[in-house]
Amino acid sequence: MHLDVRIPIGAMFTAFGALLTLFGLFSKKNIYAEHCMGININFLWGLVLLLFGVGMLLLAWRGKGGRTRRDP
Amino acid sequence: MGAAKMMQIHLQWVDYTVLAVYFAFVLGIGYVLRRDVRGSKDFFESGRSLPAWVCALGFIGANLGAQEVMGMAASGAKYGIMTSHFYWVGAIPAMVFVAVFMMPFYYGSKARSVPEYLKLRFDEKTRGFNALTFAAMTVMSSGISMYALAKLLSAILGWNFHVCITASGLIVLCYIFMGGLTSAIYNEVLQFFLIVFGFLPLVLLGLQQAGGWDGLVAKLGPVATNAGFASGAWTQSWTHTGSPAANPMGVEWFGLAMGLGFVLSFGYWCTDFLVVQRAMAARDMNAARRTPVIAAIPKMLFPGLVIVPGMIAIALHQSGGGFQLPAKGNSLDYDMVMPSMLAHYFPTGMLGLGLTALMASFMSGMAGNVTAFNTVWTYDIYQGYIKRDGTDAHYLAVGRWTTVVGILASMAAAYAAAQFNNIMDILQLVFAFVNAPLFATFLLGMFWRRATGHGAFFGLICGTLAAALHHGLTLPVGAAAGIKGGWLGATLDFYPSEMAQNFWTAIYAWTVCFVATILISLVTRRNKTDEELRGLVYALTPRIKGDAVAWYKRPAVLGAVVLVASAVLNWLFW
Repeated sequence: MHLDVRIPIGAMFTAFGALLTLFGLFSKKNIYAEHCMGININFLWGLVLLLFGVGMLLLAWRGKGGRTRRDP
Repeated sequence: MGAAKMMQIHLQWVDYTVLAVYFAFVLGIGYVLRRDVRGSKDFFESGRSLPAWVCALGFIGANLGAQEVMGMAASGAKYGIMTSHFYWVGAIPAMVFVAVFMMPFYYGSKARSVPEYLKLRFDEKTRGFNALTFAAMTVMSSGISMYALAKLLSAILGWNFHVCITASGLIVLCYIFMGGLTSAIYNEVLQFFLIVFGFLPLVLLGLQQAGGWDGLVAKLGPVATNAGFASGAWTQSWTHTGSPAANPMGVEWFGLAMGLGFVLSFGYWCTDFLVVQRAMAARDMNAARRTPVIAAIPKMLFPGLVIVPGMIAIALHQSGGGFQLPAKGNSLDYDMVMPSMLAHYFPTGMLGLGLTALMASFMSGMAGNVTAFNTVWTYDIYQGYIKRDGTDAHYLAVGRWTTVVGILASMAAAYAAAQFNNIMDILQLVFAFVNAPLFATFLLGMFWRRATGHGAFFGLICGTLAAALHHGLTLPVGAAAGIKGGWLGATLDFYPSEMAQNFWTAIYAWTVCFVATILISLVTRRNKTDEELRGLVYALTPRIKGDAVAWYKRPAVLGAVVLVASAVLNWLFW
């Protein structure tokens, strides 16, 4: 039985999301003015990644479509 | 090294953390999957057990190497939206074709690889020719990926070249050695999402600064007129293809549609084992056939992700938006479009994610080649010619150690590329000659039962020679005779661009192979009976009944939807 690929994807993006969101909260604001027109991209995109990661984990947890043979 | 001085990126702890997390997952996937590998079928074919969507993302992930990401961004800056032809004219129709018409023969026959299909359909020599050239080509491409990665990292991050080569080779080796094809495919899926999430914010920020799509179109007008074209040349994909002189690519619609759309794309997507292997890992026939079609859906949207950043880069570069592309000689270093856009828009944090995505694309390009190499080597060369009657455990061990050899050979190729730039160019050219006619062989093999083994083999040789001859007798305007063509002494024809020359080389090679295969087949005796060709040739294979699955799971229905969507995209950006 293979590992469900959605588990590592979900876990990795959850980790990335958490890291970037927190970093965005506590980082100095002048780096955003310098690179991306003042948009706190770390915080915003961190949230997007977090959402995606948790969503993948939920899908893996609910369904078994990722690993079992359904109708041969 | 100009680029090294001009662009230096300094990473901080958060960037290194992102990178470390990614490598931990890559290796972790291989480690967890190692217990699933019990026999050679698990190692080389993922036990034919994966769901369609996983195979589909692996299918484009394997192709989404760094050449694709950095090359398409470079072309986006150089040629504008016309680069989208590689997707909406090239890849998409070919992916639908391989799904609907060819996958039944690949997956349905007993073949475990594309060369093995050639053996069952034609004969041993055709298979041997394909297996050897393919094996050599995969090692070379993997080596080139490795070289490009190490060169980029040493230029922008100041990392040691040798350490980059060794580390990237070791990581790819570890996860393939442990988990085989499944491990490679899972990592390709991971990398697919990483690329999407790593580059999407770049596009969003860039478009925000350029003033949206309309702002970008307005900024690209002067880019086109400064280069001597009509103002829409960078933002309209077909309007300026009436004559090669009217567009930056230097090609006209016929060479584009025939050369790129038909010969090159169908040749790649329908016959290259690197991608076909992903679909053959699917858990049943329907999943295998849906794999390329599902893959076509995100593929269709990729121009937005990889071409648009190039267009934004050149627009901002020329309109003085505070962004400069690095120079290379008296032109711009287009290969640096993606890295310099990352450095420009991403603050530390996101920068780590973007660079990780870039590294991931290099490594999965390598891994895709190495898994295809170890399968073809073990099944088609080792089992075919060296040891026919080994146990399954023996071939599994051979496959594992072939992975080691494949990685070592790639590293050697990477160093060769660093030493002798010309040798790599020449080898790539030779492989291009071998590949261009291949689709004619498969087309005739699958749809004409009268095609014979001699016809296929000598047809391929004729097609390859035709490609070499055409290349040797023509030149792109302004190029010196040599690696760019014209090496046969006389130059009969000049093309407006290298790309036009490539497209026409492919068209000649395909046509000669097609005609020669038919003629030689007609004068040679059939070497396979109808009975032997069952499941290998269209007319002799029972139709697949689509009744068992819902309409939205039928490859033909999905394929039609994808083709219509692709036509709409062509029309929108006409």
